[in-house]
Amino acid sequence: MGEEEGLHQTQLLDTMFVRGLKRKCFDGEEDIEGTLAGIKAIPSYNLQRQSLLDMSLVKLQLCHMLVEPNLCRSVLIANTVRQIQEEMTQDGTWQMINTQSTGQASLDRLVSTDILCRSSREQAEGKHVPGYSTFNKDFESDQAQDGSETMSTASSVQAPRNLQSNVWEMENPQENKGNFQKSLDQIFETLENKSPNSVEDLFSEVDNSYYDLDTMLTGMMSNTKMGHCDGLETFSSPTTATSSSNCKSDLNELDHIVEILVES
Amino acid sequence: MQKKWVVIFCVCVCVFWWQGSNESLPSAAAVMFLKFSLRSVFYGAGGGNDIQWCFSQVKGAVDDDVAEADIISTVEFNHSGELLATGDKGGRVVIFQQEQENKTQSHSRGEYNVYSTFQSHEPEFDYLKSLEIEEKINKIRWLPQKNAAQFLLSTNDKTIKLWKISERDKRPEGYNLKEEDGRYRDPTTVTTLRVPVFRPMDLMVEASPRRIFANAHTYHINSISINSDYETYLSADDLRINLWHLEITDRSFNIVDIKPANMEELTEVITAAEFHPNSCNTFVYSSSKGTIRLCDMRASALCDRHSKLFEEPEDPSNRSFFSEIISSISDVKFSHSGRYMMTRDYLSVKIWDLNMENRPVETYQVHEYLRSKLCSLYENDCIFDKFECCWNGSDSIVMTGSYNNFFRMFDRNTKRDITLEASRENNKPRTVLKPRKVCASGKRKKDEISVDSLDFNKKILHTAWHPKENIIAVATTNNLYIFQDKMN
Repeated sequence: MGEEEGLHQTQLLDTMFVRGLKRKCFDGEEDIEGTLAGIKAIPSYNLQRQSLLDMSLVKLQLCHMLVEPNLCRSVLIANTVRQIQEEMTQDGTWQMINTQSTGQASLDRLVSTDILCRSSREQAEGKHVPGYSTFNKDFESDQAQDGSETMSTASSVQAPRNLQSNVWEMENPQENKGNFQKSLDQIFETLENKSPNSVEDLFSEVDNSYYDLDTMLTGMMSNTKMGHCDGLETFSSPTTATSSSNCKSDLNELDHIVEILVES
Repeated sequence: MQKKWVVIFCVCVCVFWWQGSNESLPSAAAVMFLKFSLRSVFYGAGGGNDIQWCFSQVKGAVDDDVAEADIISTVEFNHSGELLATGDKGGRVVIFQQEQENKTQSHSRGEYNVYSTFQSHEPEFDYLKSLEIEEKINKIRWLPQKNAAQFLLSTNDKTIKLWKISERDKRPEGYNLKEEDGRYRDPTTVTTLRVPVFRPMDLMVEASPRRIFANAHTYHINSISINSDYETYLSADDLRINLWHLEITDRSFNIVDIKPANMEELTEVITAAEFHPNSCNTFVYSSSKGTIRLCDMRASALCDRHSKLFEEPEDPSNRSFFSEIISSISDVKFSHSGRYMMTRDYLSVKIWDLNMENRPVETYQVHEYLRSKLCSLYENDCIFDKFECCWNGSDSIVMTGSYNNFFRMFDRNTKRDITLEASRENNKPRTVLKPRKVCASGKRKKDEISVDSLDFNKKILHTAWHPKENIIAVATTNNLYIFQDKMN
């Protein structure tokens, strides 16, 4: 049933993605003004691309946490995200996104997304689809208000970060088992790092050695037994660097805790 | 199609001419002949040299509420076709056996009845990662029969097991020290000695695990394949392929490893692997990027460098954000001859000649009408469904599943294809299945079904074809359908 709903919702998106629809070439106008003009000329393609990006990010974040998630699916989604971001970088839209400040607006929008990160049982009951549509609707209504997609793109970038902190704060024990959550975040982080410099600044203080995917998957990080709720909360905090002012203290805490765990 | 009409026209002319010249020929016979010709035109259209597929049996629960443990996850005939094994999400294996052909019922082949059921894998918990290991059976592969017992390999995400299925129809009776029920006799009451003898008993089929191959895979096992030497087999997970000897459980050799040093650089995973049916040194593995690599184990211990790379260049006119996802290969199968291999990606089936790497020799579209729906299918995750494919015994027809409980067959010789449905509506034995058609757009003709009406929850991922006969096993979510061709 949920799948049928899903089909109808994204029919609009389908018509845009039929047969590799290519955006028009901006006739020689390299400057931002020209790019803006280009975007306004075909807003729907960018909107569709944006929706796809958001959908992909949400998929990467979904917590099917009882069983180890499907690596193939995650890799394919991550590749799709990377592809979109590369195209957006070429477009110049990505650069514009990161110069915007997002602040509080993103947090409000994301309250609805905490539905998405419930247990797999609830997802199976089809709450996923309504959850996403809520997210989408909030999104589009805010877009109308802001009058520019770039703002909402920025907030979507922040979305997974805040989403994650919401998740941890829910104290759902199932999500706390999510080593893969961390690795997904790290995949996303990687993609982030490939985009323009302003983004890299956000994560400059995070030491990537903590997030080695392979050690996660082979269970080296012994975060299962002792107070992992707290440990993971602080893990998540570096990723909300841009939106929270108390992240710096969290980072120090993170250093301390990781030192204990990794015994290095 | 046109040729057929010409033939029938000529036949009709001949018949009428003959009737005219020979008055003893009854007109009824001519009419029957016409009927037969016309019927073969209308019903015979489709794959398989005009094979008419009939419903034979359906196994599984009738109600619509599907228990998750009953979801069928793999289907496989054994080498003779006498046995049909299914694995489900609950870790159980059910084996069906074909009845010996009944002389009185010459119009149908033997039915498949339950032969053995056993719990192959149990759910486990990985304490190190705090994650469950599913007991779902991902693959079953039969070993060729060497003695009275049957052997099969079954695997879940992490562990492969070798099962021995043996029959017992005799038991020893007449022990000296034990009563028939097992109680020990008082030795002082034993006055004579006798030799125990075997007496017949009701047939009992026992399944026992003979080998357990564990702890060799960090990632989820997606394929197992038995080598043509019948001594070794391979198991493939997302990033590695291991080679095992059937007798040795504590050691395996890693033959392919595509894990990058830095996991952040991971962009491609292994999706399926299979040994060549005749060359015991050759195997192939497919990837999520739509490539197939053929490796020769004689070249080096670690076959990281492929001998052949099969990849079709992308069609630039069809490029979209979903191009990579739909190019991901979900299944690869060698033909019985070993000359060709078949790959299944999301929308098509491709046949490759092992001697030609740059493109497939044949491509069949399974459900091209879904190309315009990819975004929806991405949202509801259907785009990640892994469909399997199979060859018939003579490598002339290939079969694969689709949505709405449809499955498709492609005849490589006649280039005709057919879509059939596995549904309880057609469940009278020897009812010929009616071909189905999906209307992509525009006006829907009668009996066609529109794309938007398709039920994407009803997917046929697993199908199997009897190695010798025209008998197929098609698994819907929790039911197993057996179809066979109409024997006249």
